[in-house]
Amino acid sequence: MSNVVVKVGVASCGLAAGAGDVFSRVQEYISEQKLDISLVKTACIGMCFEEPIVALSGMDAGTIIMGKVTADSIIESLDDYLAGNPIRQRVILAEKGDAIHNELLANQKRIVLRNCGVINPESLPDYEATGGYTALRIALEMEREDIITTIKDSGLRGRGGAGFSTGMKWGFAFNAVGDKKYVVCNADEGDPGAFMDRSVLEGDPHSILEGMAIGAFAMGADEGYIYCRAEYPLAIKHLKIAIADAEQKGYLGNNILGTDFSFDLHIKEGAGAFVCGEETALMASIEGKRGMPTIRPPFPAESGLWGKPTNINNVETWANISWIINNGADAYKQYGTEKSTGTKVFALAGKIKNSGLIEVPMGVTIRDVIYKVGGGMKTELPFKAVQLGGPSGGCIPEALLDTIVDYDSINKTGAIMGSGGMVVMDQGTCMVDVARFFLNFTQNESCGKCTFCRIGTRRMLEILTNITEGKGKLEDITTLEQLATNIIKGSLCGLGQTAPNPVLTTLKYFRDEYLAHIEEKRCPAGVCTSLLRYEIDPEKCIGCTACARKCPVNCISGSVKQVHNIDQDLCIKCGACYSTCKFGAVKKG
Amino acid sequence: MQNVVSKLDAVIQKYHGKKGALIPLMQEVQDLEGYLSHNTMQYLSEQTNVPVAEIFGVATFYSMFRLKAQGRHVIRICKGTACHVSGANGILYSLRENLQLEPGEETTTDGNFTLVEVACLGCCSLAPVIMIDDQTFGTLTPEAIPSILDKFAFAGDTV
Repeated sequence: MSNVVVKVGVASCGLAAGAGDVFSRVQEYISEQKLDISLVKTACIGMCFEEPIVALSGMDAGTIIMGKVTADSIIESLDDYLAGNPIRQRVILAEKGDAIHNELLANQKRIVLRNCGVINPESLPDYEATGGYTALRIALEMEREDIITTIKDSGLRGRGGAGFSTGMKWGFAFNAVGDKKYVVCNADEGDPGAFMDRSVLEGDPHSILEGMAIGAFAMGADEGYIYCRAEYPLAIKHLKIAIADAEQKGYLGNNILGTDFSFDLHIKEGAGAFVCGEETALMASIEGKRGMPTIRPPFPAESGLWGKPTNINNVETWANISWIINNGADAYKQYGTEKSTGTKVFALAGKIKNSGLIEVPMGVTIRDVIYKVGGGMKTELPFKAVQLGGPSGGCIPEALLDTIVDYDSINKTGAIMGSGGMVVMDQGTCMVDVARFFLNFTQNESCGKCTFCRIGTRRMLEILTNITEGKGKLEDITTLEQLATNIIKGSLCGLGQTAPNPVLTTLKYFRDEYLAHIEEKRCPAGVCTSLLRYEIDPEKCIGCTACARKCPVNCISGSVKQVHNIDQDLCIKCGACYSTCKFGAVKKG
Repeated sequence: MQNVVSKLDAVIQKYHGKKGALIPLMQEVQDLEGYLSHNTMQYLSEQTNVPVAEIFGVATFYSMFRLKAQGRHVIRICKGTACHVSGANGILYSLRENLQLEPGEETTTDGNFTLVEVACLGCCSLAPVIMIDDQTFGTLTPEAIPSILDKFAFAGDTV
C-alpha cells in the first residue's frame, strides 16, 4: 500500500458542514478507481470556518490541507495531488510552500490540541504513535509525591474557569485519608459559546484517559468518572471506544502495565443542567440525584463522591497532564506568564473571521488573539466588544483589548477567563440585549436553592427586559447594581456568584447604551425590536417591489414604480425589507 | 403495553444494584417511549424502591427528561451566545411560523415536529444552528427554513 493518506475531519462541526458526503465520495472513488491509498477519519483541527477540511499526505508535496471542500472538489484535488500537480482548489495549510492560513498556526502553541485533527481519535495505535501513554509509563515509575510536585511546579491552573492550582488540588486529595478515592473529569461544558472540551473529547480522547490514569495513580484513586454532557453524542462515542481499547491494552483496568495499580474509568452522561458544571452539583448528579450544589467545606478532596475523597478537574486540565510529565515542569513554564503558565485554548465565535478553536501561550494580548490568530472582524461593522467567560464572564471593550491573557489580568477587567469561550461582537450588537440574554440563561439554569440567585436573577431579567422594551427608568440602573451585589453575596455556588457579571461589565463599559434605551427610548445598535422602526425613504425608493415580496406579514403596500409604504401597526420588525433593499431606501431607527 | 413492561423490566434489571444508576436508568427508560409518563415513573418507583417523588424530582430538574409525548422529529434550536448575536431569534420566528405553532406550543398538531430551545449545541462557528434529530444545519437564514423542514415532512396519516 502506498503512503498516501486522505484524512477527512468528521467532528460535529465538520459533519454539519457536509464532511459526511465528502468522506463517502472519496470512499466510492477509491473503490471505483482501485486506488492504493488509505482514507481515515480525524476530528477537528480547529479551523471550523473552513469546514469541511481534508488533509492529503504521503507524496513529495508533503501534507496539504484543504478547506471548504465539496464532494466534487475533493476528487479534482486528489487527482492533482496523486499526479504531483499543484492543487487548484482552496489550500489552507501546506507543509511545504505557502498557504492561506499557515501564519495562523504559526501564532499558536498547541499542547492541549496537539493531536486534534491530526490523529484518528478512534485509533489507539495512532495515539501511541504520537508518544501516547509514554507519560503513564514514566509516571508509574515515579514516586507519587514527585508526580504531584511536578504538576505543582509546572504552575498549571484549573482550566475550568476558576484557575486554582492543579498541583495543590492534587496534594489535598493525596493527603486525604480514606480507603477509597475518586478522580472525576468535568466534561459538562455548558457555557454557551464554548466548545473546546467537545473538540478535545472528540479529537483526542486518549489524552484525557492518560491524564486521569496518571492523576489517579498519584492521588491513590482506583476509580474515575467522566461526566460528559449528553448534547455531545460523538464525544461520548469516542470516549467509549477509547476506554474499551485502553482496557484491552492494559492502560486501564486491573494491574495497569504490569504494576499493582488498578484504575476503572466510567462515563456518566449528563441530563441537561448547566449547574452540574459546579463540582458539588456534578457529584450529586453522578450519584443520581438532582444536581444541586452543597456548602463547601467539606471540599471534595475530603468528602466528595459518596463521601469519599475526590478530585475533579476539567477536560482541558487533564489534557495537559501527559505533556507535562513527558516534557517536564520547566518546559511547560516556558510558555505563559509567571502566574499563569502554559497555554489556553479559546473557542472563537461571533463576528470574527476565523471562528474555531485556537491555542495560544498565556500572556498574549486579547487584541492579538482576535486580529492575528482570529483574522479580525467578519462583518463590515467595526468591533464593539468581546465576551469572555460565558454567563459568568463579561464584555471587554475596545479600550481594554491590550489586556493580556492571564487569569489575574482578565479578572481585573470584571470579566473572567472562564473556560475559554470568546464571542466577538460588532457595532450591530446591543449590549443591553446581550446582558439580558445572559440573565435569561442564568435565570433559567438557576437550580433554585439560593433565594438571591433564584429570585434576584429573575428581578434583574425583568428590569433588563423592560429597558430593552423602552419601559426603563433611570433608577433601574441603581436597582440592578444593588441586586447584583446582593446576588454575589447571597449565592452558594459559582453560578449565582458570577451571574451578575455580564450586567456589571456592560454597565461599566457601555453605560451610555443603557441610558440611550432609558432616556431616549432608542437602541443604538438597532437590535431591540420594541424600539425599532423601519421606514421607507420616498426619495430613494424606486418601487421595485422587492421589499413587499419579501415581507413575511405583507405589511408593505405600493405598486410597481410607486413609492412603497410600511404599515407600522402590522410590522413585526424582522428586518427582511431592510436587508432586501438594494437602494438603501429602507431606514432603520 | 405488555411489550413495554417487559422492556422496562429488562432495563431495570440491567441497572439493578448499581450505585448512582437512577439517571442513566431513567434515560434508557425514556428512550423506550420517548418520554416519561406518570405511570412509567410510578412503575419505576415500585420496582426500584426509589420514592416516586425523588424520580419526579430528577425528571423535572434535568432538561433532557420529558413529561409529554414528543413529535416524530425533534428540532433543537440553539440559543447560545454566538447564535444569539448571529440572528437566532429570526430563525426561531421562521420555525414557529412555518410549523404554525401557537405561542407556548411545542409540538405540531400533526405530531411530526417538536421544537425545543437549547442553550448551546457547541457548533458556534456555524451560527445560527439548528439540529433536527441528529443532523445539524448551520449558517442558517430564515428563508432556508422551509426547505429544511420539507426534508422531514411526514407523508403518512396524521397521528
